[in-house]
This record gives sequence, structure tokens and C-alpha cells, in this order.
Amino acid sequence: MGLEEKLPSGFLLTTVEQAAGWVRKASVFPATFGLACCAIEMMTTGAGRYDLARFGMEVFRGSPRQADLMIVAGRVSQKMAPVLRQVYDQMPNPKWVISMGVCASSGGMFNNYAIVQGVDHIVPVDIYLPGCPPRPEMLLDAILKLHKKIQGEKLGVNREEAAREAEEAALKALPLIEMKGLLR
Amino acid sequence: MSTSPASARDTTEGTVYTVTGGDWDEIAAAAKQADDERIIVNMGPQHPSTHGVLRLILEIDGETVTEARCGIGYLHTGIEKNLEFRNWTQGTTFVTRMDYLTSFYNETAYCLGVERLLGIEEQIPDRATVVRVLLMELNRLSSHLVAIATGGMELGATTIMIYGFRDREMILDLYELITGLRMNHAYVRPGGLAQDLPPGAVDAVREFVKKMRRNLPEYDKLATGNPIFKARMQDVGYLDLAGCLALGATGPILRAAGLPHDLRKAQPYCGYDTYDFEVPTADTCDAYGRFLIRLEEMRQSLRIVEQCLDRLAPGAVMVADKKIAWPAQLALGPDGLGNSLDHIKKIMGTSMEALIHHFKLVTEGFRVPPGQAYAAVESPKGELGVHVVSDGGTRPYRVHFRDPSFTNLQAMAAMCEGGQVADVIVAVASIDPVMGGVDR
Amino acid sequence: MSDPKNNGTSRSNGVNPDKDVNAQNLPGQRGDQGETIRVQRGMFGARNGGDTSGYGGLVRTVRLPGESARPYGGWFDEVADELEGALEEQGLAPENAIEKTVVDRGELTFHIAREHLPRVARTLRDDPALRFELCTGVSGVHFPGDKGRELHAVYHLRSITHNRLIRLEVGAPDSDPHVPSIVDVYPTNDWHERETYDFFGLVFDGHPALTRIMMPDDWQGFPQRKDYPLGGIPVEYKGAQIPAPDQRRSYS
Repeated sequence: MGLEEKLPSGFLLTTVEQAAGWVRKASVFPATFGLACCAIEMMTTGAGRYDLARFGMEVFRGSPRQADLMIVAGRVSQKMAPVLRQVYDQMPNPKWVISMGVCASSGGMFNNYAIVQGVDHIVPVDIYLPGCPPRPEMLLDAILKLHKKIQGEKLGVNREEAAREAEEAALKALPLIEMKGLLR
Repeated sequence: MSTSPASARDTTEGTVYTVTGGDWDEIAAAAKQADDERIIVNMGPQHPSTHGVLRLILEIDGETVTEARCGIGYLHTGIEKNLEFRNWTQGTTFVTRMDYLTSFYNETAYCLGVERLLGIEEQIPDRATVVRVLLMELNRLSSHLVAIATGGMELGATTIMIYGFRDREMILDLYELITGLRMNHAYVRPGGLAQDLPPGAVDAVREFVKKMRRNLPEYDKLATGNPIFKARMQDVGYLDLAGCLALGATGPILRAAGLPHDLRKAQPYCGYDTYDFEVPTADTCDAYGRFLIRLEEMRQSLRIVEQCLDRLAPGAVMVADKKIAWPAQLALGPDGLGNSLDHIKKIMGTSMEALIHHFKLVTEGFRVPPGQAYAAVESPKGELGVHVVSDGGTRPYRVHFRDPSFTNLQAMAAMCEGGQVADVIVAVASIDPVMGGVDR
Repeated sequence: MSDPKNNGTSRSNGVNPDKDVNAQNLPGQRGDQGETIRVQRGMFGARNGGDTSGYGGLVRTVRLPGESARPYGGWFDEVADELEGALEEQGLAPENAIEKTVVDRGELTFHIAREHLPRVARTLRDDPALRFELCTGVSGVHFPGDKGRELHAVYHLRSITHNRLIRLEVGAPDSDPHVPSIVDVYPTNDWHERETYDFFGLVFDGHPALTRIMMPDDWQGFPQRKDYPLGGIPVEYKGAQIPAPDQRRSYS
């Protein structure tokens, strides 16, 4: 069952990238960034029934200096935005952001003067998680997807190259308004 | 001063510093005399112990808090303004997200206000009212469970948090069964409810009451007599009756000061005068008293839930007025969605007036006569008041929520000043402010 | 419920039915005495283009419920009598302080002249027969159509002793948005008045620290006034754009 069965000869060859990704994904420390309703579901995910400890993530860090994942759980107001950016800036690299809930992802139903229309205006977001609020299962799914992303992350020069490629692709991408197809 | 341990004088070669040994007594006395030794500690708005995005600004002298102030508004969502651009029924979708731990109270208070404006208070079917009471009391349980759970966590008692969320999960399962959602339900609508209870709901609630009766004593075992818990809570966050009334504090804070004021008894709504329950009080005026009141209120809520189940009689859950009860002609198609085919045939084929009527009701919503109304319910946190103003249109002209969290949080300064820094956390947790309700 | 069942009083007592025959069947016609808050022209919310619906000439005046005549019913008369008596004792003519009394939907509202608000509030709190100990805060309402009284501050007072609830309403013009603060009388109004200032720009004179509470300190404008836009942005979809809710057609 375990890793050792796949290693009959007792050693394993892999790349530093993969090893680093494997190690990183297995110990993600989320920063508490509960804002609104989603924060309650985030706490539920950490509590008994859904048990985030199964993924080595149950320790929510109070200090952003000790965290590498920010789960933005809830609506981000204009007043909160600078605080959120400051917390993000205080987190050490590498760091990831899950935008939990539709308000954090796009402003959601609160399309008004008070709410930032998507936290990606302030910080780069890795995973967008829809729902109002998303169920704990959905948060777990987002976290597992993030784990997969972390596992595949590049290091050093490759990382810079990947970032450049992603940026070029994004610049070339068709704006949403010019896309055809269903209204979604 | 010649006795000063450190001095400096200017000479032709530059500044000459003289440092000699000092006397600790002198240094301590000087530090005591200097009044610029204020330390201002800023807690939050992102802090694990502040119960949400609350910012506390504490002026401390050693471990003693000399002044405490709150900074709020970090979760201001503009819900009251957003409501003005949606119709009256859509309003429940917004208000349910204000204080997200007491969704059903927000919805019911808003709907009671709209119903008073419409003048249909007497026409709400009994079944709808009983289900409202049932859900509100379940909501009181879940809200108090979160209050106790997060309050425990902020004290460092993680076990209480795990227990609280375990029991809250059972209530969320009931919500999901009844409304389809775990949170933010929009289930209570002006005129009644969005839909009837699904089959099996009554049995599930009965089963839950049984389980909850068994689980509630665990909180007593874990916390009520726990010497550490008591030492942290007793005589902390003190606010007496005069202070409560002056600061407008209601709910467990007011009842912990000994006044058995509960809107369910004083100004009964939703037929609360016909239910048999007690209003617990304490005379300790402190955080521990508030904790005990929350526990006792949960027991009383279970009693009310049982009485609701006993008197649930079959019947409509929406007023008979089809303008308000839209979609009145709903019939589920094979795909689980849709309008009644017969109704569509009628309005499309035979009755132009019915089609126009249908179109206007769907696109605009119903109209509410001009005027204003104030409806108040006893939410788990205190008096939740809704001031609804209509200008005769299909949208609310102004809806203002008097949220108990907002008002009660004002008492934070009175509770914390003169106490220790660690007690601030306990005092705030005992107020149980939910920032969604404070900032709206 | 201790409220007397007199919902119909305001509709039948002392209020003439609207003389405009055409308006008779429209919703929301409640006499010609109340404050005019809006004059609506046409229907369907279309403001531009020709009158294709034929309803463009329709003019409808929307009024809030008007002044009620005595008796108000139930304990309402008792409270009104006590308040008037107590004000007279203090040498304040009740008709100067209380502009009008409205009984509507089983709720009693005193419209108070703004300069007398603190005195009235103190009387309501301290008089043993009134004893409104608990103030549930202030709610601002902005009526741009109510000329000279655009901004309303609405207070709900609860008496735990007598188990009663009344409403005080104060009006202030947009050009002079000042209302005396009642924080001295009800300290609970501290944050509530700051909130109303923040959202409506109503200045509560005498408030110890009237600053913004919800919005950032450097925010421009008062967001919940009717002339302040909702501030939403158009939402993009594939090949389509949906305007913000306040930019869409309004039917009312």
C-alpha cells in the first residue's frame, strides 16, 4: 500500500521539482482569513465531520508569517482590501490563494459600492471556488485541486519561464465579451 | 540633572556622553512619572481571536486595558442599499446574509415587517408560522452553539469548538433537508414560506431533539463546572443592568444582568405567547452568566421545537393572495422545474389579462402600500429590529436593520476597560458579535 | 400583542378619500394629507423615447400616511396625553414640539420638531408614566421628493416597564442636514448616529465624536442616499453584458 511497495529496491529517482512539490503539498499551512459566511463553513471544514487534518492542514496559523495559503473566505469590502493585501504581502513565498465563495471570486450578488468585485483585483488567485457559501466538501475539493497544482509547480528558472508563458497566454486570450457560446 | 545616569554635553571636540550606573528604584519611579508610556495595541481586523473582522484598539498599561475602542466596518456589504434595487420577495435573499448565523431571524423579521406594511399579518397560515418558529428555534440552537464553540476556541479550549461544530452539523443537516441549503436560506418569504416541509422532516427533527438532549449535558460536563473555564469567565466582562439599558444591550447580556426581558414574552410575534417556555436569567452580569444563559436557552429552544412538531397541522404555507404568493401556479414538470402547464395554456391561449397580470407580477413583483413599519424579533443575540419603508412601489424604499450585534458591541469598551488584555477576548466572545450583522 | 387593533383608524378617521377619481384604483392611495414623497409620471419605468404605452400622461402622487385624529385608540392616547402634559409642565407648548401624530398599521409615530428632539427624548425616558428606557437606534431615510424635509431620522423607543413601542420621526432639509444628537439621553445611539451620518450625511449636533463608522475614513459621499448610485459594475458574460441593478429598468 505505502510508498515502500513501489520501491522494491529501496531507492527512488525523481526530480527536485517533484520532490519539492510533494513535500510542499503535504504540509500547507493556511492563514485564517475568515471574513463572512464562508468563514463559518471554513471553520466547519476544520472541525470534526470534515476534518481538514486528513490533509495535514488543520493548523490554521494566526500569523501570516507562518502561513503559505490564504483562503479568502467571504466578501471583501473596500475597507478590508488594503488589510487583505497587507496580510498577503506578509506571507512568505511560495504562497497560494483560494478565493472561497462567489463574493470573494467576483463580488457575487453584492454588486455595489461597498464590495470589491473579486479579490483577484488585489491578490493573484490560484483557485476560484464558487458557492454561497460553498459546502465543506467543495472547499476540500478546492484544496485537493490546489495540492495537485502545488505538486506540479516548477522551480527556479522553470518557474519564471512558466510564469512568462502563462502571462503571454493570458494576454493573447480572447476577452470574455468577445467569446461566443452559451451565456456562462 | 546631576544624578541622571546618562548625560551629554557639547565640548569643542564634539559631544561627550557620560553614562553611569543607575538606581532601579529611580528608573522605575521615572517610568511611573512619565505619562507618555501609553502602549496602544491594535488587534485585528485580521486576528484569530476577535470573532471575525473586528478591530480592537486597546490602550494598555502593562497588562491592564485602560481604554478600549472598536473599529468596525470591515465587512460592510451595503445590503441595505442593495435591497432597494430588488423586489420585496428578493429582499429575503439579501437579509439572510446579514447576520449569517441567524439567517432565519433576519428573514422572519424582514417578512414580519413587509407583512405589516401589506396588512396581511392575520392571514399568514398557521403552518407557515409554526414552521417559522421551528426554524427560528433551531437557529437559536445553532447560533448559540457557534457562540459557545468559537468562544471556547478563543479561550484556547479547542475541545468545546469541536463539540459545538459537531452538534451544529446536525442542525445544518436539518436545514439542508428543509430549505435545501446549509446556510443563507431565503426560505421565509413575505406571506409565508418558500415551500412546505419535505417528507421526513418532522421525523428528522424529532430524532435530532432526542440526540441534542443527550449531547447538551456534555457542555455542562466540559465547561460549566470546569475550574479553568470558570476562572476565565467569572467576573469578566462585567456590565450591570443600568449599563445594559443605557447602551441598549439586549439578549443574553441583558438577561445576565437579571432582567427577564425577552420579546418572545413581552411582545409576542409568530404566536410565541402560546408556547410554553421559560426565559432564563442570571444575576452575575458577567461572561459566565451569559454562557449559562445560552446553555439554558438551548434547552428551552428544544422544548419549543418539540411543541412546534406537536402542533404542525397540514395546510398551506403561503397566504391565499396569489399576487404575493407568486409563483402560485407552480407545478413541477418531469424535469423537476417549471410552471404549471395548464396555467401556461390558460394564460397563453385564453386569457390576455391573465397573461399581462402574470407578466407584471413576474417582472415587477407585488406593490406594497406606502408607509413604514417596525418589526422586532428576539434573535439569539438580542432585539433584531427591522425598519421597513415603502413608497408604494415594488421595491423596498428603505430597509434598516437594528442588528443586536451592532448595538451590543458598543458595550465592549464598558466591559473591558480596567480589565486584563486576556479578558478582552473573553468579553468580546461573551457579546457574541457576528460581524456580518454588525456591518451589514 | 399589546398593540390595539386599530389598523383602520388612519384610513377612516379624518382622512378624505383622494379626490382624484382616476387614481382611485391604483395601489397606495391613502388620502391627501400625508407627506408627499414622490410624484410618478408614466408607467413601466421608461424615461426616454415616445409614449408608446399610452400611460405616459399618468401622474401619481405618492404620500405617506397622513396625520391621525384623536382618539388614536388603546394606550396610544395615554402616551400622547402624558407626553403633552409632561412637555407643558416644562413650559414647552406641545404643538410646537410635536408637529403631528400618525397612527398607522398599529404603530404610533410622533413627528418632532428637530430643535426639541433632545427635550422630548429626555421626557419620554424619564417621565414615570412614559419610561421609554430603551432606544433601538436611529434609522435614516432619504426622500429626495419631500422638499424641505429630505432627510428623516427615525427613532424607535421601547418601554420595558410599560411594554410599549413608539416611533419618533424628525425631518431635516438637504441644505441644512442637522439634527440634535440624543446620545446624552440614550448612550446607545452613539454608533447608530455615526452610522446614519456615514450613510446619509445627517449631522447630529452634540455627538461626542461624529466620524465615519462603516465606510473608510476618506470615503467621498454618503452611500445610502438616493442620489448616490448603487455603484455596481456591469457583469460580463460570453458575448453579453448585464448592467448593474440600478442601471436596469425600474418599474416602480
